[in-house]
Amino acid sequence: MSGQGQPLVEVRGLKTWFPVRSGVVGRVAGHVRAVDGVDLTVYEGETLGLVGESGCGKSTLGRSILRLVEPTAGEVRFKGKDVLRLGSRAMRGIRRQMAMIFQDPFASLDPRQSVEDIIGEALDIHHLAGTRRQRRARVTELLELVGMSPDFASQYPHEFSGGQRQRIGIARALAVDPTFIVCDEPISALDVSIQAQIINLLERLQEQLHLTYLFIAHDLSVVKHISDRIAVMYVGKIVEVSPAKELYRNPKHPYTGSLLSAIPIPEPVLERQRQRIILKGDVASPVDPPSGCRFRTRCFKAQPRCAEAEPGLDTVNLGPHQAACFYPMS
Amino acid sequence: MAFAHLLELDNLQTHLKLRRGTVRAVDGVSFAVDGGETLGIVGESGSGKSMTALSIMRLLPRSGSIVGGKVTFKGRVLTDLSEDEMEAIRGGEIAMIFQDPMTSLNPVFRTGWQVGEPLRIHRHLGSTASIKAAVDLFKKVGIPEARRRVSQFPHMFSGGMRQRAMIAMGLSTGPSLLIADEPTTALDVTIQAQILELLRGLNREYGTATILITHNLGVVAGMCDRVVVMYAGRIVEEGRTDDVFAHPEHPYTWSLLRSIPRLDAEGHEPLKPIEGSPPDMMRLPTGCKFQPRCPFAIPRCSSEEPALSSVRRQQSRCWVTQSGTELAG
Repeated sequence: MSGQGQPLVEVRGLKTWFPVRSGVVGRVAGHVRAVDGVDLTVYEGETLGLVGESGCGKSTLGRSILRLVEPTAGEVRFKGKDVLRLGSRAMRGIRRQMAMIFQDPFASLDPRQSVEDIIGEALDIHHLAGTRRQRRARVTELLELVGMSPDFASQYPHEFSGGQRQRIGIARALAVDPTFIVCDEPISALDVSIQAQIINLLERLQEQLHLTYLFIAHDLSVVKHISDRIAVMYVGKIVEVSPAKELYRNPKHPYTGSLLSAIPIPEPVLERQRQRIILKGDVASPVDPPSGCRFRTRCFKAQPRCAEAEPGLDTVNLGPHQAACFYPMS
Repeated sequence: MAFAHLLELDNLQTHLKLRRGTVRAVDGVSFAVDGGETLGIVGESGSGKSMTALSIMRLLPRSGSIVGGKVTFKGRVLTDLSEDEMEAIRGGEIAMIFQDPMTSLNPVFRTGWQVGEPLRIHRHLGSTASIKAAVDLFKKVGIPEARRRVSQFPHMFSGGMRQRAMIAMGLSTGPSLLIADEPTTALDVTIQAQILELLRGLNREYGTATILITHNLGVVAGMCDRVVVMYAGRIVEEGRTDDVFAHPEHPYTWSLLRSIPRLDAEGHEPLKPIEGSPPDMMRLPTGCKFQPRCPFAIPRCSSEEPALSSVRRQQSRCWVTQSGTELAG
């Protein structure tokens, strides 16, 4: 189901900058431009994958949309309402419709709370459980929804494996009955044999509860599997957005091309024959990004023009497939 | 003198004494590595793959000790050597690089000084000569502006650059075996590709045998001649990489390969996960350790543990495939 729904989340010109302080008085010496002018639309019912390497700003973008960090500039529209201009009361109403699943199920669960309290806390905050009995019934329902026995409700996080903890994290996210969930690297801390369980669970829940996902990850093979569309981020900017299969078959941005070619495929004969694009150097700094296209310092197709002007995302415009590049891959 | 193998592990057993009890982290592991080849060891956290490597180097944590079996390298029994003799081999004949290049370099010494250290210890080079050698090593592993870089401190290096420096240090003495424990796990994919390319090139150029420890099956596919698959402190399958991937003979390997999403998949097939959780090493099941999660288990699997023995072109620790049944479904 790619893109035929209504826009649910519309991000326009979003910037989230963090000050870099230096010296004893903490003078602001510059900014980490974690998110630096992002336009992005998430459609109802779809999974939009967001990929990029560490430090590219993908997590900050996810958190900015939920206002877990305050953006510096721009708009985030949720069902048409600009979330960034809402007061705290109106925001609470909106926040109920959004949730987040975190990377590290070990760090994101309070070790002193029982599973029932971890999941029930969200219900309490939003006054969703009237009586104790209703609260317990809802927790039971949520545990069953994520494939866990309700008997676990009285246990504590340390008694569970990584996969079970992530299920608890998912149950907590679902407690408020959200329509939109930001999944921030939800499987990268898990053992390989457990990852598929969680991916399948997220897919089942999406179908069952009509959820919309922003799925943030660095592993393109996982993202390609779960996403309808994929956005590729590099140093604070979206450089390419496309339907998932199209992106894999026909990457336009040289960064996407190199990212795809860098991912090993578990098939020895194929893997040995693959053409690889090995990039030179390291990721550019988000404090002092290069002029023009930010990828040009590592790009194998860069021309003088790339340093002079910054390509917009619609420089390559193939309908739903767009890329910010003057010299795209053929 | 010629040896049957460069490195040979014979029934290696390593225990970890923890407060909760004793963990048999490595429980009877045997394999061999020949000169110039790349052997992959795959497994999940707790499978014993890193403990196997640390046992070879005799760099176990204080809670760990080798309680049985032996490790032979170029005909010398490493497990019988004194600490001084072992010290001469570490960083000389066998080098090891770790997952986290951030913590394995000392932040207060210049990178060139650190990379030159094995040469001062093992080749008795002076300070100036060791730093000059470090410049050459930096060039060899693709660190730009090597002359300037050797006088910088580790915090001025990016993650990929630190791993290159670690590799440079490992290779400085021209070891015949390099053990790389998850060398790219902490790195981004484009940097991972650079480092793997570097390791491939060094193996080609100098013929250094490599043990590559990883949880990433894709990395094994692209790098390794042979592969050892570990589960619960044991080898469950061993064979040529091509054979193991094309025709896995242990249900764990078989299930693992089917559970991971592939970049080159055409349609959208749901993944086929492995049910259950990795085993609790304190409370291992009787019989085959994978049997509680195994889709092919037969009654015998829970009562008796199979040995590692030949199945078609590889070795497998499985009653089902040893009896001739093909894994399918």
